[in-house]
Amino acid sequence: MLTGQQTWKFQREPRIISTATIVGPDEAKGPLGNSFDKCYDALEIEEKTWEKAERRLLNEATQLALSKKNLTPNDLQVYVGGDLLNQIVTNNFVARELKIPYLGVFGACSTSMESLAIVAQLVSSGAVKKGMAGASSHNCTVEKQFRYPTEYGAQKPPTAQYTVTGAGAAVVSLEGEGPAIEAATIGRVIDLGITDPFNMGGAMAPAAVDTIIAHLNDMNRSPKDYDLIVTGDLASVGHPIAIDLLKKEQVPIQSTHFDDCGLMIYNTKEQLVQAGGSGAGCSAVVTYGHLVDELNKGHLRRILVVATGALLSPITYQQGDSIPCIAHAVALKGKGVE
Amino acid sequence: MMIYVWAYIVGGLICVIGQLMFDVVKLTPGHTMSTLVVAGAIVDGLGWYEPLVEFAGAGATVPITSFGNALVHGALTELFETGWIGVISGIFKLTSAGISAAIIFSFLAALFVRPKG
Repeated sequence: MLTGQQTWKFQREPRIISTATIVGPDEAKGPLGNSFDKCYDALEIEEKTWEKAERRLLNEATQLALSKKNLTPNDLQVYVGGDLLNQIVTNNFVARELKIPYLGVFGACSTSMESLAIVAQLVSSGAVKKGMAGASSHNCTVEKQFRYPTEYGAQKPPTAQYTVTGAGAAVVSLEGEGPAIEAATIGRVIDLGITDPFNMGGAMAPAAVDTIIAHLNDMNRSPKDYDLIVTGDLASVGHPIAIDLLKKEQVPIQSTHFDDCGLMIYNTKEQLVQAGGSGAGCSAVVTYGHLVDELNKGHLRRILVVATGALLSPITYQQGDSIPCIAHAVALKGKGVE
Repeated sequence: MMIYVWAYIVGGLICVIGQLMFDVVKLTPGHTMSTLVVAGAIVDGLGWYEPLVEFAGAGATVPITSFGNALVHGALTELFETGWIGVISGIFKLTSAGISAAIIFSFLAALFVRPKG
């Protein structure tokens, strides 16, 4: 049900009944390494090309999310997913294996919450009984897609981010146990004129702030109603900018724990990841791994995941255009939280 | 002995210029490289690159500016020896060793490793 201008508040709250996360070596070495279902110790993921490697991550994540609850693809009526490659090929090919109705979505790194919001709406409205959301990225496919092939060894400034190698999938249903999806706030495209593709965090921060404020206003809530508000991947440059912008808008963000998936996934002081993690897989594996675990254990009661995306293409920034950005928010709550 | 020191300093300074073009002027790696090549060509056209090579040795011949220098140098040398047609034939005379080396070593590398970036 529409609440305010941008928020869908679910009358019948769907639940995330199963999740799976599969990551590469750098994510395994990070502080959340133990929260992932499977970690590969080489970026090749036992495949011959980087694209196949990413595909395998997502394929295994979708299969594992199903098998954890003894489900098969036929128990689902929709799969919604996206990634960062041209024509979202990773998801197209994974959907070929699933053989169920498929909606491919692109929201850059916000794809994780965009797909979850759509599946939640489809399940809540009764359009489908069960659905699955998925998102993936691979360091070597995405760096090549948006910047330079990793073998080229191009220098990256400290404001740049490091694409997460990982895939996450979540099965959503009205029946079953798991964190409830309370509401989703669909973001607007915000562009404050930043043209540097090596400073995506700074470009995306205003979009994250816009969506957080829209969500709080629509839901008539304040940050302290959440145990955690976590942005998608603003990393060490964008996250402080988001805090400043929220303070400027007089949002008492200090009354809650405000963190960022791109900062949580790596030990940014010791791992060579510049400003922190990014990629559609970043917020997907942090949310479906660590955060869903914490909600299930009762360590967190209510959280807001605000996945951010930079909607540029290599052509647009080479032609000097600025970077349009978006953020989608999904509110999750643990068992027994009213 | 001093030529080693100057090679280090001059070569380093050319790299500093490249890094500044990268970080401050925000040029892409492609633009940075071609600008340095053109700069080397212009400097040689003015007759200043040769004295720099004598002064700093490898500090001036190793950076990419030396490629621009070699292009112009070859063209000018042939111009004086064989006339105007030399401008075209001379360009790759001096640089052929560098270009051939790039092709041959890339080929050898590709025999052993498979680039897939």
